[in-house]
Amino acid sequence: MPPSTSDSLVSLRNVRFAYGEREILRGIDLEIPRGKVVAIMGGSGCGKTTLLRLIGGQIQASSGEVRVADKVLKNLPKSDLYALRRRMGMLFQFGALFTDMSVFDNVAFPMREHTNLDETLIRDLVLMKLDAVGLRGAYKLMPAELSGGMARRVALARSVALDPMLIMYDEPFAGLDPISLGIIGQLIRRLNDALGASSIMVTHDVSESLEIVDHVCFVSEGRIVAQGTPAQIRESRDPFVHQFVHAEADGPVPFHYPAAPIAEDLLGAEERR
Amino acid sequence: MRMIANVLRSLGHRAVDGVWRLGFIARFLAMVLLYSGQSFRRVHLTIREIYFSGVLSLLIILVSGLFVGLVLGLQGYETLQRYGSSEALGVLVALSLTRELGPVVAALLFASRAGSAVTAEIGLMKTTEQLTAMDMMAVNPIARVVAPRFWGGVISMPLLAALFSAMGVFGGWLIGVPFIGVDDGAFWSQMQAAVDFRYDILNGVIKSVVFGVAVSLIAVFEGFDCVPTAEGVSRAITRTVVSSALAILALDFVLTSFMFRG
Ligand SMILES: Nc1ncnc2c1ncn2[C@@H]1O[C@H](COP(=O)(O)OP(=O)(O)OP(=O)(O)O)[C@@H](O)[C@H]1O
Ligand SMILES: [Mg+2]
Repeated sequence: MPPSTSDSLVSLRNVRFAYGEREILRGIDLEIPRGKVVAIMGGSGCGKTTLLRLIGGQIQASSGEVRVADKVLKNLPKSDLYALRRRMGMLFQFGALFTDMSVFDNVAFPMREHTNLDETLIRDLVLMKLDAVGLRGAYKLMPAELSGGMARRVALARSVALDPMLIMYDEPFAGLDPISLGIIGQLIRRLNDALGASSIMVTHDVSESLEIVDHVCFVSEGRIVAQGTPAQIRESRDPFVHQFVHAEADGPVPFHYPAAPIAEDLLGAEERR
Repeated sequence: MRMIANVLRSLGHRAVDGVWRLGFIARFLAMVLLYSGQSFRRVHLTIREIYFSGVLSLLIILVSGLFVGLVLGLQGYETLQRYGSSEALGVLVALSLTRELGPVVAALLFASRAGSAVTAEIGLMKTTEQLTAMDMMAVNPIARVVAPRFWGGVISMPLLAALFSAMGVFGGWLIGVPFIGVDDGAFWSQMQAAVDFRYDILNGVIKSVVFGVAVSLIAVFEGFDCVPTAEGVSRAITRTVVSSALAILALDFVLTSFMFRG
């Protein structure tokens, strides 16, 4: 069961959010306990990235409350928000590396912006971070010279450059081969424990994430529909969880974006002719 | 009747839209100025942008300046000699360049060479979430990305305009003196006597500073404000070039009417 607020680094209470008319989140309740790794799963387009953006304070909930480190994000002054963000790391779904800087400079960027460390120390730190993701040898390359998976690993190194207290990963496993996938999974776990941080991981990779996380939440139609420890999830008889864990095509998770029945669309076109 | 109403409505709509956008740009300028501290405290950020906007525009500015000067020399001589005052060629070339052509043409070239590049760069950074990522790292993108590019442009512009004018004068001399045979001493001495530092040169410099602010502001604003897609970026670049050109020409008229009323 979700612990009380004081033990939670992040807590969302009945959070709603809409892009224009379309309501994406319809009352999310979520607690991220300190020190834990929580996975968020759900169908494509169900609002997982949106959820991370809410926690990062990039967008504001239309109702409900988002708290990070006991601060309510709504109407938080920019300076306070920035103070909070200095202790957050975020891996973007598409990496978002700075294309005009080398791999090295990308990872060094947060250190140079926020600390007064001298260059030799920064150099050691950056190479250590890059070594952890297996790309120390690539420090001179420019982002355009990296493969998709390499770029995401660099972005991962950059997001933990300042040893944050909260790390958010948006699909850290996308585009990784099975070997790097396992290593990155272990890395996420080890980083979390070594830094005493809390991590939120959006992922589709059920088997890998069940190995490393403490808690799993399933999002569907704007709500958390199921949650539990990996053991509970594996045992679960909930049709939704079952469909997800066993990758079945039929079940409560819709594959299609909401639309009129296809026959209507096709026949409608016929009639107009 | 209906048609007239519709025309009026769309006209009103556009006007309101334009005013709204102007207010938006003004607020953006205020933000840029507010967050400009870093551009000067960490001066290497701005110097880098001076290199990209200024130094890389040098070639096109110098070559264009030379050609404009050559043409001025030919046309000016052709007209002046009808009145038997071909030694005044130096005056004509220097005044046209320092007062008008230098600032205006250099600014037009600068907008299409450097302004469009700045818009494209910022627009692409926005499209690929680099600006959001920066913001998530608690680094203000206006302070870190926009302001140095703005100041880089503002500083480069007057220098480029001055070089353009100098190159143009050289072009005029090249045509007038060695090629046509105007008296060398008369060319320079008349120029020296007729061109006033405050009235001609300083006013020209003021113009180029104003154009520099306008072009740089439009370029960073369009990039920052673009729709984050490939199409949005390409539209933003077009808008930068078109609105910069209009802004330069309109501002030039306003400034000239204040400066050179005779
Ligand atoms: N900027 C936006 N404007 C309007 N709608 C948006 C915007 N961004 C996302 N959406 C909509 O919000 C919904 C949720 O998007 P989100 O990116 O959070 O999905 P996701 O769960 O991260 O999906 P995926 O697993 O494919 O990354 C989508 O249906 C999308 O159409
Ligand atoms: Mg997503």
